[in-house]
Amino acid sequence: MIRVYVPRDSAALSVGADDVAAAITVQAQQRGLAVELVRNGSRGLLWLETLVEVTTPAGRVAYGPVYPEDVESLFEADFLHGGAHALGHGLTDQIPYLARQERLTFARCGITDPLSLDDYLAHDGYRGLRNALAMDAAAIVQQVTDSGLRGRGGAAFPTGIKWKTVLGAQAAQKYIVCNADEGDSGTFADRMIMEDDPFTLIEGMTIAGVAVGATIGYIYLRSEYPYAFDVLNQAIAIANQHQWLGENIQGSGKTFHLEVRLGAGAYICGEETALLESLEGKRGIVRYKPPIPALKGLFGLPTIVNNTISFASVPIIMDKGGEFYRNYGMGRSRGTLPFQLAGNLKQGGLVEKAFGLTLRELIYDFGGGTASGRPVRAIQVGGPLGAYVPASQFDTPLDYEAYVGISAMIGHGGIVVFDDTVDMAQMARYAMEFCAIESCGKCTPCRVGSTRGVEVVDRIIANQDRAANLALLRSLCDTMLNGSLCAMGGMAPYPVLSALNHFPEDFGIEAGELAA
Amino acid sequence: MSYSELYSDLVEMPGALLPIFHRIQERLGYVPQEALPEIAKALNLSRAEVHGVMTFYHDFRSEPAGRTVVKICRAEACQAMGANALVAHAEACLHTPLNSTSADGSATLEAMYCLGNCALAPAVMINGDLKGRVTPARFDALVAAAGKAVPA
Repeated sequence: MIRVYVPRDSAALSVGADDVAAAITVQAQQRGLAVELVRNGSRGLLWLETLVEVTTPAGRVAYGPVYPEDVESLFEADFLHGGAHALGHGLTDQIPYLARQERLTFARCGITDPLSLDDYLAHDGYRGLRNALAMDAAAIVQQVTDSGLRGRGGAAFPTGIKWKTVLGAQAAQKYIVCNADEGDSGTFADRMIMEDDPFTLIEGMTIAGVAVGATIGYIYLRSEYPYAFDVLNQAIAIANQHQWLGENIQGSGKTFHLEVRLGAGAYICGEETALLESLEGKRGIVRYKPPIPALKGLFGLPTIVNNTISFASVPIIMDKGGEFYRNYGMGRSRGTLPFQLAGNLKQGGLVEKAFGLTLRELIYDFGGGTASGRPVRAIQVGGPLGAYVPASQFDTPLDYEAYVGISAMIGHGGIVVFDDTVDMAQMARYAMEFCAIESCGKCTPCRVGSTRGVEVVDRIIANQDRAANLALLRSLCDTMLNGSLCAMGGMAPYPVLSALNHFPEDFGIEAGELAA
Repeated sequence: MSYSELYSDLVEMPGALLPIFHRIQERLGYVPQEALPEIAKALNLSRAEVHGVMTFYHDFRSEPAGRTVVKICRAEACQAMGANALVAHAEACLHTPLNSTSADGSATLEAMYCLGNCALAPAVMINGDLKGRVTPARFDALVAAAGKAVPA
């Protein structure tokens, strides 16, 4: 029987994947053709969604973007045997966008049925946990440390050091918490791994539990991801059923219980201490640090809080070794990062590559330039708290330290492209507005500063006493940068100042009169 | 009326308050204010604490929503693809400003800050279903399909 793949990833569903799948079933029945329909994850070539694949003797052949009305012509073109069609892209693995990637964390993404444990096991799944179960705790933590993995949520703190702290803490109960509150605009890597390869996250969290002696884990998932919630719950049930979760995992005597909890639309809950408050059933208000969550975290007990992609990167590290992972990347940025190409791009999608490539490569070689066909003017890297990068910095290598060097940050790897119609003063205003809407309210620089920031930008745009208000805006940004309790208020000035410094003309400032 | 039967199985859970609010809103479409005192009692919290949590989170509504709930992303990636124009179009089409419910109760329009569909921007969510590549024309078709006739 011929196998046809239609993704069940929510990005594909958002452009009609279910209707495409239904149309394929109907057409096949009408033509008396036997077709096995597999609902796989997404390959991450999101501009081609719905991407339909067919298994042929040469490999999987891709067609996209397919809409329901294209299905009849695909059958006419004999796509079931890889027939030529205007939407055809040849062998999926040879599509340059995919072929040039270094898929480690996302190795299975789009290839397998996300909820097939057999598929997962057949594609190297659970090899990392098997290794971990045969090792002592300190050796697991050492392996993660050796890999050079740093927190993929944005703060880039060394994962192994965090794990070592929790391992060394003495407590009757410890917790593993996954930060799946992926609120940054331009990011969808967490969503994809949860929807398209959920066992990877489950395996990574289980390894963490085994490594530090934590028997309970929570995935704190943003409520904006209802499909991921559904897939994770199904995957957890399957893992429990097959002794990959719960008591006595695979006869090892180790225990790890995992539960998904939903957030409720608060961006600040992506900050780890606000997340913990929210998990405890409270308002998502940021905590003072110290104490750090590794020592006093969830319910006051030692807790590993890691980003989804950090956990999801652990299985391959435990499978192939820290050295293997460390061999990718540059400087102190080791391994790969799933970059997420979004906004005004011809070819948006997920690109997993080793650190060290440049924005120029990402947006032109992969992204194909703007969707509008107009010149790229600015790129926001790292979410709503990330800087706007101008064309003159497109060749800076994507490396945590190199980005700090240009007053920017890589964050969670979100890349949002704007063409030359963007008004950067408006984007600066929006950054302050977003901070005002989402501030938890605990510290004054963020709570009050963001609201005052909107007002000051408005006065600059309206040319009211512009020079004085520009000085005021810089002073306000300085207060927020240095006086805020967490990264929300502490980084909201990054998009504002980068817009002002790199695009002063949008603020009504003539070239050459830019105040220092 | 007692709401406790909706959530009695959740009370013993650690950090039960958000799951309880989600459950009530899932079943009733909103969290009635009258439910708060009894939740406070069940969890041994003050009414102020329960009220504080309820109002902190954008998700929880104290009034029923319109028949069609349209959530529209206005974060940066969607802005780069015309989200601001789409918001204006949606406000005109649904006869209600952002973050409100139309007078006839037919639709609620809410701003979202990222739906995780940033490569297929602009994105909206209609009655819980994610939609991508939403042009104004497609918006009208999607809303019509969701049960709200768009007046000419």
